[in-house]
Amino acid sequence: MKSDPTVCVMGEDVGHYGGSYKVTKGLAEMFGDLRVLDTPIAENSFTGMGIGAAMKGLRPIVEGMNMGFLLLAYNQISNNCGMLHYTSGGQFKIPVVIRGPGGVGRQLGAEHSQRLESYFQSIPGLQMVACSTPYNAKGLMKAAIRSENPVVLFEHVLLYNLKEKIPDEEYICCLEEAEMVRPGEHVTILTYSRMRYHVMQAAKTLVNKGYDPEVIDIRSLKPFDLHTIGNSIKKTHRVLIVEECMRTGGIGASLRSAIIDNFWDYLDAPIMCLSSQDVPTPYAGTLEDATVVQPAQIVAAVEQICQ
Amino acid sequence: MAAAALRRCLTRRQSIPRVSPLLPLTRLISDSTDPITIETSLPFKPHLIDPPSRSTTTTAAELASFFRTMLLMRRFEIAADSLYKSKLIRGFCHLYDGQEAVAVGMESSLTRRDAIITAYRDHCLYLARGGDPVSAFAELMGRKAGCARGKGGSMHFYKRDANFFGGHGIVGAQVPLGCGVAFAQRYRKEGTVTFDLYGDGAANQGQLFEALNMAALWKLPVVLVCENNHYGMGTAEWKASKSPAYYKRGDYVPGLKVDGMDVLAVKQACKFAKDHVLANGPIILEMDTYRYHGHSMSDPGSTYRTRDEIAGIRQERDPIERVRKLLLAHDFATAQELKDLEKEIRKEVDAAIAKAKESPMPDPSELFTNVYVNDCGLESFGVDRKVVRTVLP
Repeated sequence: MKSDPTVCVMGEDVGHYGGSYKVTKGLAEMFGDLRVLDTPIAENSFTGMGIGAAMKGLRPIVEGMNMGFLLLAYNQISNNCGMLHYTSGGQFKIPVVIRGPGGVGRQLGAEHSQRLESYFQSIPGLQMVACSTPYNAKGLMKAAIRSENPVVLFEHVLLYNLKEKIPDEEYICCLEEAEMVRPGEHVTILTYSRMRYHVMQAAKTLVNKGYDPEVIDIRSLKPFDLHTIGNSIKKTHRVLIVEECMRTGGIGASLRSAIIDNFWDYLDAPIMCLSSQDVPTPYAGTLEDATVVQPAQIVAAVEQICQ
Repeated sequence: MAAAALRRCLTRRQSIPRVSPLLPLTRLISDSTDPITIETSLPFKPHLIDPPSRSTTTTAAELASFFRTMLLMRRFEIAADSLYKSKLIRGFCHLYDGQEAVAVGMESSLTRRDAIITAYRDHCLYLARGGDPVSAFAELMGRKAGCARGKGGSMHFYKRDANFFGGHGIVGAQVPLGCGVAFAQRYRKEGTVTFDLYGDGAANQGQLFEALNMAALWKLPVVLVCENNHYGMGTAEWKASKSPAYYKRGDYVPGLKVDGMDVLAVKQACKFAKDHVLANGPIILEMDTYRYHGHSMSDPGSTYRTRDEIAGIRQERDPIERVRKLLLAHDFATAQELKDLEKEIRKEVDAAIAKAKESPMPDPSELFTNVYVNDCGLESFGVDRKVVRTVLP
């Protein structure tokens, strides 16, 4: 925001409140009320406004207080954000970043635990990325702001309190690139966002049991980084996808078919995909834990694949 | 008659030739720039504001240019009707004939730095903003030379260099977009305004009220224009809206009801609105207008209204006839000259269609262009990036 005066933020309570997860804390004091705009509770129209402002040359960052609320703005995101560049024959570009926390939290209930990546993935013209560490959160956010395309940046409610030492200087992470978390030889585990941590926890157990998993945080949910993923599959010949979105029509479903289309000859075992259950997220803690993939299930899956 | 024409020729050489920004100089029709005063057909109905005066000033040249532009629009839409019936235009085609005065009056009160955004009945707004009829016809026929390269269609006309933001198919979705454009104008302190058009059907969309609230909160320079043609597709306004007084629906936002068939009233109201919003924030203009065609080409337009009603409006309130009467009454043109002008416009439109027909269909590779902006050399689509134009670093 310092270097480019056209960058602005809009969303509910992003200004004086500092953001519901403190992501925009201090920005309103620094840049003023117009650049860090507190909007009324009107997702459909303030997302539309952000898109209109982008058409006119600004670079807005639209925040959904919870990703689930952006369902109200689905029409704007799909038709105006994703498709306007195409339907105008390339005349207008929409350099907007739509971001917000999503995913299953701690007993927040069904409506506040949604994973919208599966709903948005078919929208043509949209790019989707999911950050998982403080390092890639900064890098991906900067890249998303600089991108001329509309980018949806998925953050996770439970990852905001992570602490990590990151460089002070400017750096960006490539929006279309996956991150190699742990190189290995036996199996490729593809994951993103919070599930990365469940996978790494499972990886500790697996290493003790003698396995050598390669863990890749795919980061780019659309388009997939098949370059990195493919090279990994060529090495290990076995794939496990661990994701937090629903089984039906999720990111894993698309990823699986993309891998089958492109890397079938390199597979020695069927691709396994561990996803959340196709249920609304229940409130009760034990039930909630059962909706998402847990490290023990990941360990069991790897053992099954590597038989 | 000939003497009068000769007299006009002589006076023309003395006056400064005035080229309309939209179209070439008319021949013998007066292009005098002496101001004359004309009363609007009806008074303006205000809501929470003092209305502008009914006396409008115009000139012969301006009236002549209004006549010419509206004729072009009328001819364009009728030609589009035939092209649709000959299956050269497919899908949806929403025609604007009858409503020309709104487009022309609005454009005359603005500069090209001001923005206009509208819904799907956008052909004539595009022409008003300086759009070329050839590229408009080409777009309707899905050709390469179209204003959106054949990829948008009837509902997606855009002209970025004239600040015309389209062209939107989803009812009401353009209203928040227009407020966003106005937000950017305020953010950059441009001193320009946005005219955000929607219809009586869209007036019941929630996002309109959401956007209006925000526009009023932040004093965005946006004029919301309700083009009330009294029917939302097949539903009459009184069947869809508890309160069809759309200019009052802004509640805390002032409004003005304007006779949308009177181009001078539209011009007056739009000028007034532009000045108002730059100082005070949004205003709603309700243009009382009428469309002769049905909602779209698949709607005959006669199942929910009588032919007598349509014929009556054409007889009493047609915007082009009103200007014709003014031109004749003030002796700015003869009936024959205006008839000749109509013939000329018809030829122009036919020539534009012929030129547009010459344009080929888009190249198959165009299917995949403009999905993304060419960013980092990436032009791709789909989750598996099957067609890659570049290698990742």
